[in-house]
Amino acid sequence: MKVTFLDFEQSVAELENKIEQLRYVQDDSAVDISEEIGRLQKKSQALTKDIYAKLTPWQISQVSRHPQRPYTLDYIEHLFTDFEELHGDRAYADDAAIVGGLARFNGQSVMVIGHQKGRDTKERQYRNFGMPRPEGYRKALRLMKLAEKFGIPIMTFIDTPGAYPGVGAEERGQSEAIGHNLYVMAELRVPIICTIIGEGGSGGALAIAVGDAMLMLQYATYSVISPEGCASILWKSADKAADAAETLGITATRLKTLGLVDKIVSEPLGGAHRDYPAMMQAMKKALQDVLKQVQSQSVDELLHTRFNRLMAYGKFKEVEV
Amino acid sequence: MSWFQKLLPPKIKRRENIDAKKNVPEGLWHKCPSCQAVLYHSDLEKNLSVCPKCNHHHRITARTRLDWLLDAEGRFEIGAEVLPVDTLKFKDSRKYSERLTSAQRDTGEEDALVVMQGSVHALPLVAAAFEFSFMGGSMGSVVGERFVRGVHLAVEQNMPFVCFAASGGARMQEGLLSLMQMAKTCAALTQLSQAQLPFISVLTDPTMGGVSASFAFMGDVVIAEPGALIGFAGARVIQQTVRETLPEGFQRAEFLLEHGAVDMIVDRREMRDQLATLITLLTKQPAVAKEAA
Repeated sequence: MKVTFLDFEQSVAELENKIEQLRYVQDDSAVDISEEIGRLQKKSQALTKDIYAKLTPWQISQVSRHPQRPYTLDYIEHLFTDFEELHGDRAYADDAAIVGGLARFNGQSVMVIGHQKGRDTKERQYRNFGMPRPEGYRKALRLMKLAEKFGIPIMTFIDTPGAYPGVGAEERGQSEAIGHNLYVMAELRVPIICTIIGEGGSGGALAIAVGDAMLMLQYATYSVISPEGCASILWKSADKAADAAETLGITATRLKTLGLVDKIVSEPLGGAHRDYPAMMQAMKKALQDVLKQVQSQSVDELLHTRFNRLMAYGKFKEVEV
Repeated sequence: MSWFQKLLPPKIKRRENIDAKKNVPEGLWHKCPSCQAVLYHSDLEKNLSVCPKCNHHHRITARTRLDWLLDAEGRFEIGAEVLPVDTLKFKDSRKYSERLTSAQRDTGEEDALVVMQGSVHALPLVAAAFEFSFMGGSMGSVVGERFVRGVHLAVEQNMPFVCFAASGGARMQEGLLSLMQMAKTCAALTQLSQAQLPFISVLTDPTMGGVSASFAFMGDVVIAEPGALIGFAGARVIQQTVRETLPEGFQRAEFLLEHGAVDMIVDRREMRDQLATLITLLTKQPAVAKEAA
């Protein structure tokens, strides 16, 4: 698969292009230029390292939306076995923007739920760009209740621009669907492990992101509103998205300092899409560790900790009245 | 302007204008934005800011709301000790800290939620009301914390909890911290449930975004005020996404009732009676005496 480079990676793209050309030339050339290729490859890596060492929040936001980034179904394929996808909310429809089902993680039964985006135009449309309608959240809720009934831990993968803003979605109670999930997840009697793998878009992300552990990929973002949306409301211009991204504090490192994320999962050089096997390995390790940790607690302890953690969200000052 | 006034030097002219203004006290008249009827301000207020001509429910402040709701005796405020801070040092065209200061100056409130313990027809309860004119009633850390303190007190004192929502959604200036208030408020409500205490959620104009998509629809009974705008996404965003005209009355209380999203629409003038009836029914208490109509 040919890597798609982002705007700020153009210098790397040029180098990679050159390497590609040299490789092509080498095939029918008597002169050995593998040394030259090796030199250029090193240079390309060094350059990528340089660029990624000082990414701005807005650039990270681009990486989190990279079209080749691993999606929920990729993690399911690589990290789980026996995946049995379960469909539908039993009331209206099956929403393809959220996938879920039973699977095994290291042999153990788990319930996996996540937003799903599409790779090509047709699939993007089918997945509605990863923007769920109420049916999607209600399917997720149904699967979570099912997991609770059988005492199966839940792993969720978050990657959405947000809940779908459409007429039908409003008519069928988008607000209620999201709120209901938040309410139920607060007291669900099984461990819930949430991982932001790409875009954590506001309430549409939060609706499957309340739990006992919050993981976040290094170049994922999580925000109350998209930088573009924030810019167009507060600056009255979507061009200010970079400024909005900066001030909103949407990156993993910033959110970890604020105590809203427990663990940052490192990504391979140049982002998760550059090296799937390495990304999967890192993710597996992280999930393994955190699963072990949440499973070492009794359900009552777990719920107590989860509740206190939810109550501790927020920053304010207190004065004598 | 008459020829004579045109001849006057500017100083005198200005004075005349000031005098003219003084003759008409400010806010004596009010024009209903819905039916354009010109109303006496005092008449409107006596009618709980509901237009006597067309029934339009005007937006009211959080304190006015609680004042009209609660019995005169035995009220006290909860969570007033919780005040906002600018954790992110957020800055757009203006600093968040400046926005806070001017909102505080303009509204006389410290943040967008006022919570009180009191009673309705002698039924004790905890009631919360959003102040929409404080940064669009947006929910940040203070709103979340005051809400939770209200719920906790209700659980402790074994009382129902009532919330009047009026909000544009989460407060962007607090970043993800404000999103987390959605989870926090919902989680607090689970305790009320476990104690079998009623939560009645009243959706007033407007209830949108992160407030709508969290505790607002988690009421044991969900009430809307007539004509209130209630929804997840704003009409403009939806229109930009779907590129079609929105249906008549879209996201209005009546539309929500029709789509099964709320239990009932209650006129503000009947709110006290309705709440008292619902609470006594839910908690299996005898009916209470209500005000004569």
